[in-house]
Amino acid sequence: MLSRVAASLYWLGRYMERAEFTARLVEATIRLDHMSARPAGTGAWASALAVVQGDSRFSATGQPITQKTVSQFLTLDPTNPGSIRSCIDAARDNGRAVRTALTREAWETVNSSWLSLSKRSKTWSLESTLALVESVTAQARGFEGALHRMLRSEAYWFIRLGMAVERGDNSARLVDVKYHLLLPEGEPVGGVIDRDQWTTILHTVSAVTAFRWLYKSGLTPSAVADLLILRPEMPRSLVASAEEVEKYLTALGRLTGLQGEADRIARRRHIDMGRLDIDQIIISGLHEFLTGYIANNAQLDLAIAKQFRFP
Amino acid sequence: MGLKRAFDEIYGASDGKAPRQGFETLAKWLNSTDLEDLRGRQGAAEAAFRQLGITFAVYGDDEAAERIIPFDIVPRLFTAREWSRLAVGLEQRVKALNAFVADIYGERAILKDGIIPEELVLANSQFCIPMNGFTPPHGLYTHICGIDLVRTGPDDFYILEDNARTPSGVSYMLENREAMLRLCPDLFENLPVQPVDCYPDSLRAMLASVAPHTAAADPTCVLLTPGRYNSAYYEHSFLADNAGIELVEAPDLIVDDDVVWMMTIQGRKRVDVIYRRIDDAFLDPLVFRPDSYLGVPGLMAAYLAGNVTIVNAPGTGIADDKAIYSYMPEIVRYYSGEEAKLPIVDTWRCREPEALKYVLAHLDELVVKLVDGSGGYGMLVGPTATKQQIEDFRKALMAEPHRYIAQPTLALSTVPTLVESGIAPRHVDFRPFVLSGSNGVTITPGGLTRVALAEGSLVVNSSQGGGTKDSLVLYDTGDEA
Repeated sequence: MLSRVAASLYWLGRYMERAEFTARLVEATIRLDHMSARPAGTGAWASALAVVQGDSRFSATGQPITQKTVSQFLTLDPTNPGSIRSCIDAARDNGRAVRTALTREAWETVNSSWLSLSKRSKTWSLESTLALVESVTAQARGFEGALHRMLRSEAYWFIRLGMAVERGDNSARLVDVKYHLLLPEGEPVGGVIDRDQWTTILHTVSAVTAFRWLYKSGLTPSAVADLLILRPEMPRSLVASAEEVEKYLTALGRLTGLQGEADRIARRRHIDMGRLDIDQIIISGLHEFLTGYIANNAQLDLAIAKQFRFP
Repeated sequence: MGLKRAFDEIYGASDGKAPRQGFETLAKWLNSTDLEDLRGRQGAAEAAFRQLGITFAVYGDDEAAERIIPFDIVPRLFTAREWSRLAVGLEQRVKALNAFVADIYGERAILKDGIIPEELVLANSQFCIPMNGFTPPHGLYTHICGIDLVRTGPDDFYILEDNARTPSGVSYMLENREAMLRLCPDLFENLPVQPVDCYPDSLRAMLASVAPHTAAADPTCVLLTPGRYNSAYYEHSFLADNAGIELVEAPDLIVDDDVVWMMTIQGRKRVDVIYRRIDDAFLDPLVFRPDSYLGVPGLMAAYLAGNVTIVNAPGTGIADDKAIYSYMPEIVRYYSGEEAKLPIVDTWRCREPEALKYVLAHLDELVVKLVDGSGGYGMLVGPTATKQQIEDFRKALMAEPHRYIAQPTLALSTVPTLVESGIAPRHVDFRPFVLSGSNGVTITPGGLTRVALAEGSLVVNSSQGGGTKDSLVLYDTGDEA
């Protein structure tokens, strides 16, 4: 396989995953903003910006933080490289570059996401924003379905690898946002707003039911962190992403004979996480742990690029 | 318009009353299928093309950066007899083209014998100096030709252009058929249509057959594309995918010690055959345009060292040049010893004073073309042009007569076509694709039919609002007269 093709497939996976994550984030933030007993208002949208590290870029637009402005910024704004539109554009661009490596179905799901977004310029109303993010998550499911039917060749594993690396990064940022999200003055930890904020995080990763199933004790910050960081059966947890990355690298190694630094980093990370428990993580600092994970993930990304000679 | 009624592919000269022999089934299908039903099927086909991203870019048109070429649901049809006549003529033509290019870059016998004026070839911008005296692997130059044909009567086919560089459009032949099979199974049920989906296999076999003698038994063939922003990128990816060859861009290739390598995740892999969809001028910045980012530095050196085959060979533009075109009957006769089975359209060479005089006096009835233009640009269609357009063109022509040729306005044949008002005749041309390898000449039974969608229009180019149709070639079932 051409190195350029491998890189494009990997990034196709990363961008599709990022688009879906951003869509889920917007959906959950709308929920937090509108459906909780006490609207969290601008705080909710500010935290959404913090999760995707879009705060400084957004403030450069000079707009006030409102549901309308931030959801437009996160969904359709072509000047925001992290917007859903930009991610889908980039995914399609990478997909076009490697069309021969994709099945018709996989390409069509990417192209139809792009086509449906290219018809829209603004999403002012709440309903239209919700409809948009719902269609993006549905298309992401379609993409995963199409992938599932692909031959288990290098192309398949590179896309999967990109998705898993991106997912780890996204989940870590999502949990970390709770660190940035200050409670309004006088609002107690464990109070209504605090609970709403943690629930929103669960919503973003579709884990509300999973949480209730696994933690009979009720909603506590450490239980949510445990689910999203250390539970291997939770598909979007950090440990599940770490496990997937390791697995996909192994599959690629088997097919291509290429193994090296990326495999070492991935294996080490997975083993290390298996030794941790959530209390330990919280005592030594949740934020520090998550920052460390994100940095390690970036290192892994570089090692992957080197190992497979990405141009 | 001043044109006499054109020959219709289905109804001949019967004015829509009686289908020609062999066309009864198609006519019956067309008449018995409800108009709204046809519109629905056509809409479904176009929606599918958009979904697949079968788009093309029109240069200088930012608004419609990606458009699909309109698809018409009514196919054109060739009987087995019509097709076999065409195929024989096409084979003769491509063999002559190849012999001509080989001669021009070799002995130049045709120039020495005074068949063609020397300066027309040697001073032609399409004459590729680095090719002079070089014989490519297997002596083949014009591996892939897309010969444009027009028709004016039952037995009157003319060659309009040879397209011996990097002809495009073959993906439409294949995708249009896919769409037709899916949307009009009722038509195929009753017609013995020859398949076209063998084209990618024929392409791959041809490419493998022209590998340098040094290559391994299973040579590595690649398709070199300018990249995803090129207007024909869809076709490039489609062909590579279906022929099972790697789709590469220039940065994927490097030349080391006159050998071409592609960069894979496992390191370098040697390349034997390059089907390039990049113009000569951009192939190698060390030899041609130095500002080309699309090309591969050192590629020509590797080629001239005999280590890689380039398909088509650089410099084949000399064979499909519009200035050379008018000499094609002589060229065919010179190399094959036979008369051309497919004639060319009468052509006035404006470089000749007598011809220029005639052309200037008849601008309102002629088609005048730039010898180095393409895609319907730089062209005057006299009968449909305004007075102002004719006068502007007259000035351009008088300033540089050597750059122009003129031809009579042909009454191009028509095919019934689905338009706003219903089914109506529209003018068409036809581009079959001819492959020449060391394994012989292969002509896929089908091609690209382009249709001018505006009433009375003779310009079929997609950049000028033309559409496409499926082209069906029937099996010989023995019941033809």
